[in-house]
Amino acid sequence: MPWDFQNDRPIYLQLMEKIMLQIVSGRYSAGDKLASVRDMAAEAGVNPNTMQKALAELERNGLVFAQRTSGRYITDNMEKINSLRVQLAKEQVSKFLKQMESLGYTPKDTVAFLENNLEEER
Amino acid sequence: MENRVLLECKGVTKNYPSKMALNFLNLTIERGRIIGLLGPNGSGKTTLIKLISGILTPSSGVITVNGNPIGIETKKVVSYLPERTYLNSWMKVRDIIAFFKDFYQNFNEHKAYDMLKRLNINPNDRLKTMSKGTKEKVQLILVMSRDADLYLLDEPIGGVDPAARDYILDTILSNYNENATVIISTHLIYDIERVLDDVLFLQNGSLVMASSVDEIREQQGKSVDELFREVFRC
Repeated sequence: MPWDFQNDRPIYLQLMEKIMLQIVSGRYSAGDKLASVRDMAAEAGVNPNTMQKALAELERNGLVFAQRTSGRYITDNMEKINSLRVQLAKEQVSKFLKQMESLGYTPKDTVAFLENNLEEER
Repeated sequence: MENRVLLECKGVTKNYPSKMALNFLNLTIERGRIIGLLGPNGSGKTTLIKLISGILTPSSGVITVNGNPIGIETKKVVSYLPERTYLNSWMKVRDIIAFFKDFYQNFNEHKAYDMLKRLNINPNDRLKTMSKGTKEKVQLILVMSRDADLYLLDEPIGGVDPAARDYILDTILSNYNENATVIISTHLIYDIERVLDDVLFLQNGSLVMASSVDEIREQQGKSVDELFREVFRC
């Protein structure tokens, strides 16, 4: 099943984001070996050159490293993975705050609203 | 170092009695790419593909594949899927495979049977008993089973259902090899955008844009499909 992509942004960036999410969510563990570019491209339903570009960028960010003869691996640097988690969480929060703002909630209102909601659920 | 240039068109013009189909087209294509040949009806897509496969000859200009002018040498390495079927409908798939194997030195029989099996197509079925979509799949299998350098696919996904479309795209992807290039002409941009490296926009026989898919998305903030609708708005 091919992955879904948004229309307004480069596909390689979206591939990077999905792989980062898979790292943070634990689908990949630190130090895991990645499948070949060709297999990963086939799974995502994208061109192998595009997948190659996404992986090369992740390599530049240090989230993935290549071993000359045996392939590509997820970083085993937990600090890196944790800071990626924080970064992705920040992005989600700012997106969420923006949407709440368009509904008329200030950030303060949003926090109060969230707390109320959590209590109700308890 | 091996030459990465696979296909070159220099000043290629094709005149039909009543119209100019291609107008001084210049184009260089490298190996290892999957390329979308896009354009409205009558823009010259099929003419260009037929010129590269050697079915038509240009009125002027030169086309080379691997540095050779179009001819016996290039036909060996170019695998062409025409818009329309040309196979005899009374033949069984098995017979057609034998025919192709006889005809093309680089035809890989195992690959063909393997793909048929994955699609649940019985090699003993005759073409005329098959649906239009199944026939198209058989033809694509035949074309992709040649170990060619250049695959020319003219509207390969036009007549098939969305599930088969996905399968065809998967087939193109899984056959990808870094020494071969695939050129796909189509109107169904939305469906194939994610498998393409580059796109070529043809309009009235001229190349109006040659760019990579991600360059278009990065610079225009929209998909190739959206850009196409804008450029060629009727």
